[in-house]
Amino acid sequence: MMAPSYNAKEEDGHQPGATGHGGAGTMTNKKPDNTAFKQQRLPAWQPILTAGTVLPAFFVIGLIFIPIGVGLFVTSNNIKEFEIDYTGVDMSSPCYNCSQSYSWNNTQSCTCSVHFSLDQPFESNVFMYYGLSNFYQNHRRYVKSRDDSQLNGDKTSLQSPSKECEPYRSSDKPIAPCGAIANSLFNDTLELYYIDPNGSRTAIPLVKKGIAWWTDKHVKFRNPSGNNNLTVVFQGTSKPVNWRKPVFELDPLDSDNNGFINEDFIVWMRTAALPTFRKLYCIIQKKPNNMTPTLPRGEYILEVTYNYPVRSFDGRKRMILSTISWMGGKNPFLGIAYITVGSVCFCLGLVLLSIHYRYGKRNNSAEISS
Amino acid sequence: SRKVDSRTIYVGHRPCPTTEALIPPKFCDNRIVSSKYTVWNFLPKNLFEQFRRIANFYFLIIFLVQVIVDTPTSPVTSGLPLFFVITVTAIKQGYEDWLRHKADNEVNKYLVTVLEDGRRARKESEKIKVGDVVEVVEDETFPCDLILLQSSREDETCFVTTASLDGESNHKTHYTVPDTEKNLESLSATIECEQPQPDLYKFVTVFSRCVVFFRSLGPENLLLKGATLKNTQKIYGVAVYSGMETKMALNYQGKSQKRSAVEKSINAFLLVYLCILVSKALVCTTLKYVWQSRPGQDEPWYNQKTQKEKDTNLYLKMFTDFLSFMVLFNFIIPVSMYVTVEMQKFLGSFFISWDKDFFDPEIQEGALVNTSDLNEELGQVEYVFTDKTGTLTQNNMEFIECCIDGFQYKYADSGTELDGFCVTDGPVSMLQQKAGREKEELFLRALCLCHTVQVKEATGQGDGVGDGMIHPADLRGFIASSPDEVALVKGAMKYGFKFLGMESKNMRVMNRNNDVETYELLHVLNFDPVRRRMSVIVRTKSGDTMLFCKGADSSIFPRVRQEEVDRIRMHVERNATEGYRTLCVAYKLLSSEEYDQADTGLREAKLALQDREEKLMAVYNQVETGMSLIGATAVEDRLQEEAAETMEALQGAGMKVWVLTGDKMETAKSTCYACRLFQRSTELLELTVRTLHSWAKSKPVSAFSVPPRSWSSANQDYGFIIDGATLSLVLNSSPDSNSSCYKSLFLQICQNCTTVLCCRMAPLQKAQIVKMVKNSKGSPITLSIGDGANDVSMILEAHVGIGIKGREGRQAVRNSDYAIPKLKHLKKLLLGHGHLYYVRIAHLVQYFFYKNLCFILPQFLYQFFCGYSQQPLYDAAYLTMYNICFTSMPILANSLLEQHICMEVLMDNAALYRDVAKNAMLRWGPFLYWTLLGVYQGLLFFFGVRFLFSNPALQDNGQVFGNWSYGTIVFTVLVFTVTLKLAMDTRHWTWINHFVIWGSLAFYMFFSFFWGGIICNQKRVKQIKIYILSLRFVT
Repeated sequence: MMAPSYNAKEEDGHQPGATGHGGAGTMTNKKPDNTAFKQQRLPAWQPILTAGTVLPAFFVIGLIFIPIGVGLFVTSNNIKEFEIDYTGVDMSSPCYNCSQSYSWNNTQSCTCSVHFSLDQPFESNVFMYYGLSNFYQNHRRYVKSRDDSQLNGDKTSLQSPSKECEPYRSSDKPIAPCGAIANSLFNDTLELYYIDPNGSRTAIPLVKKGIAWWTDKHVKFRNPSGNNNLTVVFQGTSKPVNWRKPVFELDPLDSDNNGFINEDFIVWMRTAALPTFRKLYCIIQKKPNNMTPTLPRGEYILEVTYNYPVRSFDGRKRMILSTISWMGGKNPFLGIAYITVGSVCFCLGLVLLSIHYRYGKRNNSAEISS
Repeated sequence: SRKVDSRTIYVGHRPCPTTEALIPPKFCDNRIVSSKYTVWNFLPKNLFEQFRRIANFYFLIIFLVQVIVDTPTSPVTSGLPLFFVITVTAIKQGYEDWLRHKADNEVNKYLVTVLEDGRRARKESEKIKVGDVVEVVEDETFPCDLILLQSSREDETCFVTTASLDGESNHKTHYTVPDTEKNLESLSATIECEQPQPDLYKFVTVFSRCVVFFRSLGPENLLLKGATLKNTQKIYGVAVYSGMETKMALNYQGKSQKRSAVEKSINAFLLVYLCILVSKALVCTTLKYVWQSRPGQDEPWYNQKTQKEKDTNLYLKMFTDFLSFMVLFNFIIPVSMYVTVEMQKFLGSFFISWDKDFFDPEIQEGALVNTSDLNEELGQVEYVFTDKTGTLTQNNMEFIECCIDGFQYKYADSGTELDGFCVTDGPVSMLQQKAGREKEELFLRALCLCHTVQVKEATGQGDGVGDGMIHPADLRGFIASSPDEVALVKGAMKYGFKFLGMESKNMRVMNRNNDVETYELLHVLNFDPVRRRMSVIVRTKSGDTMLFCKGADSSIFPRVRQEEVDRIRMHVERNATEGYRTLCVAYKLLSSEEYDQADTGLREAKLALQDREEKLMAVYNQVETGMSLIGATAVEDRLQEEAAETMEALQGAGMKVWVLTGDKMETAKSTCYACRLFQRSTELLELTVRTLHSWAKSKPVSAFSVPPRSWSSANQDYGFIIDGATLSLVLNSSPDSNSSCYKSLFLQICQNCTTVLCCRMAPLQKAQIVKMVKNSKGSPITLSIGDGANDVSMILEAHVGIGIKGREGRQAVRNSDYAIPKLKHLKKLLLGHGHLYYVRIAHLVQYFFYKNLCFILPQFLYQFFCGYSQQPLYDAAYLTMYNICFTSMPILANSLLEQHICMEVLMDNAALYRDVAKNAMLRWGPFLYWTLLGVYQGLLFFFGVRFLFSNPALQDNGQVFGNWSYGTIVFTVLVFTVTLKLAMDTRHWTWINHFVIWGSLAFYMFFSFFWGGIICNQKRVKQIKIYILSLRFVT
């Protein structure tokens, strides 16, 4: 795009009339500079691949990657994970009734209890996730249906949310928080009980703090400022259509966890990458004495307040318990990948070495091609 | 009544009293407009020009779609780069136009002196009208095309130099209109001249002083705009062509743009990618509607459509969905590739003009790059068409020997003989004998008289020669349009006959006895390439009228007595085989009747308005008959430095060298041997008029049925020689069924020969040959190299035109794509620069397609996981900046600095050039490799992260990653991989490469940290970890 006019100087041959003295003066010092750059002689490192450099590289890569892979794999295998589907698709499942009789207008909430047992004790902090399947949180219409400046506490956006929130922008008053994501906030309540061998139920304390990203909680999401009383702040707005409570009453137990900075809400608002996903529900903190495991092996009951309908789009709901290592949740993929790559490198190295050993001396040019 | 093909000009706007009332004819004014734009039309016109380019138009359409339709990416992502490109180009073009405006103004506002009603008035140049009488003083350029009316020099001539027109810096003599009155104020005359035409050397005019007095005028009376007055105090001239109608303005029409073969490959690849793009969009659109047709998928309760969406027509929606997908994937054809390719070419061409190896201390100049579009074409040349004189040879003529009346004379520097002659050999029977002294002197006089050489005056002013004082001969400079003539005059000087110069129509020659002889020059029968000879008619002091003629043997021999020819032919042929340029000299004594007849014939022909050339030619041919041959000259044209090495290298690199010359066969053949184009082992196939004749005698068959035996005879080199006359038989034979067959047969033979020599070629034939080869099967890349005006046609015709900054003016340089000072520089230009540029740009193009394929493929794959909703995988900032900031600099630096094999090795091993021949790196094979690599890596990036995200809890605090993190991880892996892929391909790591590659990665990291207020720091660590993993997949 630039070159067509590059030789414009050549084209406009109309010399000014006064300068008629020819080229005598202009020819004096046209000798090109003898600099390394202009002569394309910059000092340069010119790597030449030979068998001597390539073969060791293969072995080194193999020898480094295989242990890493094994480490990752072992770490991942040591993580304990338990997953249970409580959607209630089967007649036999405890939540079947709830899933059948569901309607948004129900004032009474439907509860169901799911029994399960853990074969192994879960040590250290245990993380409780809820998982949804076939739920397209990454659908474009859905992803963009939010108003970030409203969520960041902007007053004007609070009163007139962005057009992107349609059709969840306003009912009679502007909706706060607006948009499809907020409207479809996951609202099942999960409670976990341990059944002692003697038959008594003990509730397991679930901590709802620390489940949202730090930057989300402190930077991106902010309540509208001006008043500590959120009821006043959110005056003139209405709750999302599918919500039962307004945004400032999301957490009745902790007043600091209300409004836009409610952690459950923030977690939900970080849209998932794939249609099958999990989101952090709460943390079960390890016992302070460190003697008994956080979740000992045994029988448990999951009490579900069944509010969230998924049958209409053929979805599934799960509850997941998992411990965590330095590399996150259970994920054998990384370890396998490292081991695979490492061993492929190592094997290739062996093959090439044997080829080099057998043919390399006869034909030196083979070194370059390897 | 004015004829359409001529214009009438009234000198000084004074009509002839006899004619009817003056209707002032309308001519354009003298304003020069080279600028394209004005302040008012710049914006619309420039934008229109820019969007006429297909790529820009495509991106504009994409941008408009983004603005109009609700598309996944904001219009900024494609609008910003487009805006950037358009703005930069507009600013650049605006600046260049401003410069043009400035130059125009300087010319147009320049003050000139015009005679108006007897007064001298100062006027701005642009206000000169046709018919004005203009005064020009020394060292001024002429403001428009003028007919010279009056000069301050006594001999009614003036000197001009046309350096700015054709680069010839010698002084050319122009003559005033003969026999005009001295008083210009009262002169009333009309000039009837042709309509403006661009040929600089053609001008036919009749000057009439009110019906009663006619003079014909030619180019020697016309002063061209742009030429400069020299050695003359002032002149008066009448303007005949003005403004945009001057010959100079008509000559500055842009050259046609040449496009390189690489660009054609790019376009083919683009088409493939366009197909990929469209099919991706089609697949996605189809699948989207298939997916939506399943119950509950299109509009689940959590994701309701807006009212507007529900109301839209289904087919319209499908169409906008298709457009949206197109926009989402359009990054696969990036704007930035065009920018980068142009930048690479533009910046890369500087390395050629910077190269100090191309600097020639003699002319104090280096290489010149007229176009940067063809850099890579230099690495693809298959056929080299070279001129001989001035290109293979130096065009630095030296008088070697002569042959007078059958005796050979060779000049010996340390000759003991008084006259400087020594006879070396001759016909065996007459060894050690000399021709008669009379013949000798006649021959030398002929050399001194039969030419158009001028003597360069030492101080310029005045007639230094006229005072009788003799300048030392060594200090005298000669100026001529052809170096042969100077060599001959200098040769005669060595033998005692000095040409002293012209003095108003008299030629002064100092003979061996230091007497000055004067000859009145009556007529010059100019040289032209068709006649291949020139003559002068002079009158001696004693009143004899003589015609001296010199020319090529083929054109002289038929016009002289046969018995004289036989004595000289042997010498001429031997000289020719030795590689000398030979000329024969003949003379004729004209009787007064003969002269009168010739004189009137010449005058009439010169007066003719139409077909003047043809008429002149007829008279010339009539006069130049029945001459007697005096002798022949041999002038050596030495080979250019390293000509043989260069030719050998070119042949070693697999190029076929064709020599196209106007010279005669023997000379050209010997030059070819000297340049090692023909080896001793080369079997020569001749197809010339002579061989045709001999075949015709033996058996009446078509010439072409003779030569080809089995080409397969191993390792036999063939050389093919053809001359112009035969060639025109081949190329322009009557349009029967055989002609095309001859042509293809001829081509077939030529393509099997290592070297083809075409001699006796007219300039147009050279271009014909180039065109024929260019359009032959496989359309090979051709290169023409030449130094003279007669090479311009083939320089323009070939894919790459190279001009040599030689002695024959600057026309070749001006019309070339690259100009070099010497032939030997061709080797480095092709084998070094050309090879590197080709490899660089090929890698650049392939890499660009690759990196955008693996950029966009994950985005395509993501559609399968997001309900075909056109959700972009990457953040808008990443989408925009990927090609602009994160990955553009390393490849640009690589494509400017990469030397996969260093320059010296490339030059020493010519065979390496064959590795990249026939566009080897941009064929479908390598393209497939890069495409598959891109697909492979794209799949790997996407699915690697996909499996990683089967559990999106990737932090040690159990928090999960969202869709943007997914995109960022893919993107990070992508940026690192493509950058490191480039690093692995780099074979020449200068500090710039290091800086740019590692700097780009660092910049990306820095930017992401900065950008990701959204993104927690810990995630980044994770990404690097994951990155290292994926990199291992790649290798």
